[in-house]
Amino acid sequence: MSRPEHIAPPEIYYGDAEARKYTENSRIQSIQSAMTLRALELLALPPDEPAFLLDIGCGSGLSGEILDEEGYNWVGVDIAPSMLAEVALEREVEGDLFLQDIGQGFGFRPGTFDGAISISVIQWLCNADVSFHSPPKRLQQFFSTLYASLVRGARAVLQFYPQSDDQVTMITSIAMRCGFEGGLVVDYPNSTKAKKYFLCLFAGSPVAAEGKKAKVELPMGLQGEGEKAIAYERRRGLEKRGRRKTDKKGVHDKEWILRKKELYRQRGKAEVPRDSKYTGRRRKFAF
Amino acid sequence: MVKLITHNLLCCHARGCNYPDNFPLTFKDVTQLEVREADYNAEFLQKMMPRLEWKALVDTAKELGDTSLPAEMPEGDAVDEEFLRRLHHVLLEVHVEEGAMYCPKCEHKYPILQGIPNMLLAEHEISR
Repeated sequence: MSRPEHIAPPEIYYGDAEARKYTENSRIQSIQSAMTLRALELLALPPDEPAFLLDIGCGSGLSGEILDEEGYNWVGVDIAPSMLAEVALEREVEGDLFLQDIGQGFGFRPGTFDGAISISVIQWLCNADVSFHSPPKRLQQFFSTLYASLVRGARAVLQFYPQSDDQVTMITSIAMRCGFEGGLVVDYPNSTKAKKYFLCLFAGSPVAAEGKKAKVELPMGLQGEGEKAIAYERRRGLEKRGRRKTDKKGVHDKEWILRKKELYRQRGKAEVPRDSKYTGRRRKFAF
Repeated sequence: MVKLITHNLLCCHARGCNYPDNFPLTFKDVTQLEVREADYNAEFLQKMMPRLEWKALVDTAKELGDTSLPAEMPEGDAVDEEFLRRLHHVLLEVHVEEGAMYCPKCEHKYPILQGIPNMLLAEHEISR
């Protein structure tokens, strides 16, 4: 599996061309929207109530569009200017966009947001792209400022693609150190391709009516194979295999040979073989 | 696309800047303002009202040439439809497209280009 984190820092990797490719790819669109809906489900906002959300790594606004549709007001931050300027502005998303490095922390006032979502982003924080970057420090800065900017009892749902178990441990332990509760929710844990990691974090717990702290349960991950998410994978594989066979150019037929010979004669090419009943026939098999 | 609602929730995040000294960021050199209609949602406004810093909002709106808001945040019955409409206009429909924001404490400049503020910090400004 190729990992874009290994290729270049995000603001360079998602340049103009890649930003457009990413946004216009219908497969990425469907995966992103499915994950955004799932993240919203895990966010468990009270139904029929307006909310102010933070979209971390909003990119070109694929997830933001869904937030718009659901009627939420949101603010998006991303580090790739091409994603924001070239694509997100063209698509006219409703939310405010910020060019920001989430590893440098957020500058929002305490208690601003009712929730935060992030789709396929925080694995980027595990990379040190410049000499003064330190992943644990950046994660620390990210989680502590995120914690501060959330309303008490709000949730943050961060979907990400961890590279190893160590990364998962590092990310979760730093989040817990910054005051978050919660943990990892794994959807389709038995499927290689549909498996998705959601870091489901609670910024404190809402105070229940009697002044007691309500105990929040970590939601369950989805079970099964997640067949839907990879519905066309097999077919695409088969098509590819079929295509490889037909890629070889077939032997030209008699009509084509006659046409070519006629052309050569018209151009006055020397020694064009004459036409006969043997033209374009296969030779006899012989050793 | 910097709306005043986000501006009101935003402060400087450079090293050494702590709330409330680093709030509010001041607009300067605003060359392009845009008014874009947004869906009116009274419930949302009422929910956000306690989170706003009223004085900062009124001052910033004045700077940008909008004086429709009262100096004190109205309470109780004074929060009527007309007031909410005005608040809606100021918070969600006024967009700063080009200009810059400055931190009142460290004077860090956050330029706004095409409606997107650049919040990136240099290495020595990142808080630890």
